[in-house]
Amino acid sequence: MSVQDIAPATGVGDRAQYGVCAALALLGVVVIVDATRIGAATSSNDPVGPKALPFIIGAALVLISVFYALDVARGGVGEAEGGEDVELGAPADWRTVGLLAGAFVLNALLIERLGWVISGALLFAMSAYALGNRHHARGLAVGIVMSLTTFYAFAIGLGVSLPAGILQGIL
Amino acid sequence: MDNINGLLGGFADVITPMNLLIALLGVLIGTAVGVLPGIGPAMTVALLLPLTYGLPVEQSLILFAGIFYGGMYGGSTTSILLNTPGESASVVTALEGNKMAKSGRAAQALATAAIGSFVAGTIGTALIVLVMPQVVDFAITLGSPEFLAIILVAFVGTAAILGSSRVRGFAALLVGLTLGLVGTDFVTGQQRLTFGSPFLADNIDVVVIAVGIFAVGEALWVAAHLRRKAATVIPVGRPWLSREDWGRSWKPWLRGTALGFPFGAIPAGGAEIPTFLSYLTERKLSKNPEEFGKGAIEGVAGPEAANNASAAGTMVPLLALGLPTNATAAIIIAAFMSYGIEPGPLLLTKEPDLVWMLIASLFIGNFFLLVLNLPLAPTWAKLLRIPRPYLYAGILFFASMGAYAVNGQPFDLYLLLALGFLGFAMRRFGIPVLPLIVGAILGPLFERHLRRSLQTSGGDLSGLFGGPVAWVCYALIIAVLLWPLLARLRPSRQEGIAS
Repeated sequence: MSVQDIAPATGVGDRAQYGVCAALALLGVVVIVDATRIGAATSSNDPVGPKALPFIIGAALVLISVFYALDVARGGVGEAEGGEDVELGAPADWRTVGLLAGAFVLNALLIERLGWVISGALLFAMSAYALGNRHHARGLAVGIVMSLTTFYAFAIGLGVSLPAGILQGIL
Repeated sequence: MDNINGLLGGFADVITPMNLLIALLGVLIGTAVGVLPGIGPAMTVALLLPLTYGLPVEQSLILFAGIFYGGMYGGSTTSILLNTPGESASVVTALEGNKMAKSGRAAQALATAAIGSFVAGTIGTALIVLVMPQVVDFAITLGSPEFLAIILVAFVGTAAILGSSRVRGFAALLVGLTLGLVGTDFVTGQQRLTFGSPFLADNIDVVVIAVGIFAVGEALWVAAHLRRKAATVIPVGRPWLSREDWGRSWKPWLRGTALGFPFGAIPAGGAEIPTFLSYLTERKLSKNPEEFGKGAIEGVAGPEAANNASAAGTMVPLLALGLPTNATAAIIIAAFMSYGIEPGPLLLTKEPDLVWMLIASLFIGNFFLLVLNLPLAPTWAKLLRIPRPYLYAGILFFASMGAYAVNGQPFDLYLLLALGFLGFAMRRFGIPVLPLIVGAILGPLFERHLRRSLQTSGGDLSGLFGGPVAWVCYALIIAVLLWPLLARLRPSRQEGIAS
């Protein structure tokens, strides 16, 4: 339980962490630049104005990126998260992640054109395929059952906004 | 005895056939989803948020109370039968629980967890009834400067105390605060960090952030590291306890409850410390200390009770102050906000019926949990064998549906994916996710109190240091921030504390 800022040096540090520091610093700069764009809008009613907090947060982001980099330079390593189905020994499987992101974007592109029943079923089937499912027909069948069930339960039963798309009038 | 009357009124509202059915449904779905490997209580609640969209606020709160306790209990089943806990609060349960399961006592481990959760949940919920109105009475006397200080304590607490690295905690907090900035300023109408996008001008919905970070981030992370060989599931019959098991369990339940509730109720207390403390206490007090490490029932009974009591404890700051102290509470706040209900000290005065109904539903959900879970345990155990491709594809499916349904615009799906990759990166680099969620939810509230404080004082900075409450908060923050420096100055003493 003890809180330790500096993990013991492990020899080879995790260099990719400097990328995180750079990203944090960049985010900080973006927040500050965006804040300068906001016109002077303080008034006696609102002495703080909309600019103050972005400036503080932006500066703090830049500051924390420096501390983060110092921590990494001293050998600090963030421990990757474990879990029930996680095996950390092997390197990350980018092909799976890429396919999942593809399925995700496809759903976003198709959801209003074809409707949730079709785009959701495709999302499920493609994701299952990316994750190693090789029963293509069964994956698609499960996806169709799930998207139909959710469509009827949520869109029709509860009035949640899910588009019917080209199946409008059929469902 | 206003609170007793309020509670009775709450029960009267809940006990209608329809509402009881909804409570039962909440417990069933919450447990079923919570049992699924890889889905902790926070993700359960985040994924099931869309269920509440179409319901009136009363029924959605009843449903939610069931999901809340169901998800908690489901998580402990997973850690006992699989030994790879999905979330840190269940780590201690897995320690002895899985050893018990391996030596053929899975039924007893599940039974002591279920009954212990019930005992802790009931006592914890009763304590909410006693404590929460007191905290509200105190909280409504506080002004903006005090609230500002309390929110800062929550920020510093979640960033610096929970988790193993302060730098990473603060980095997560700041990213969350940045997400909270995006949108239209509520006083002047100026756009911040929207980059001209009309979708961002309307602020980023907290539900999208929570689902993106918890569900999509987790699914992508697991997908990149998926264990190709499924972990072994220990078969289990109907849970039961022998006379001896009862004798060994009831005291740990009570002690675990006593440890868990206060930790849950303070900002940044969490469930990890009390479950661990409970484990140590039981090992010390046990008549059979040699059994610890081999499957001692006390080591399941105590921490499980502590875990649930802590969850009940989080309801106190949640309902009385509008402060989320763990990830699940953060998502419940998001659910409140999606109904236009502002959590905070005025909640009990403005919406007393809702608050008491929610508390009554917690009692009822907790009872259903006990009634359902003892006979259904073997069914739940079967869920652990769900093929992993379907499980994680299902998480992405429900996450997309939930995020789309918030505003009905595909833009949120792209945002969800981007937040998912952010969650992925945070898991890769060991950056805690809770400070991010807390920052995103409390950031706007923080700014409102900041501006109101300085408005009252006419821009004078002294307006920030209201009364004694604020002073205590700032003293606490300084102590937490300076602690590592002080500890370093006294290396000889530090060894005694660190162990």
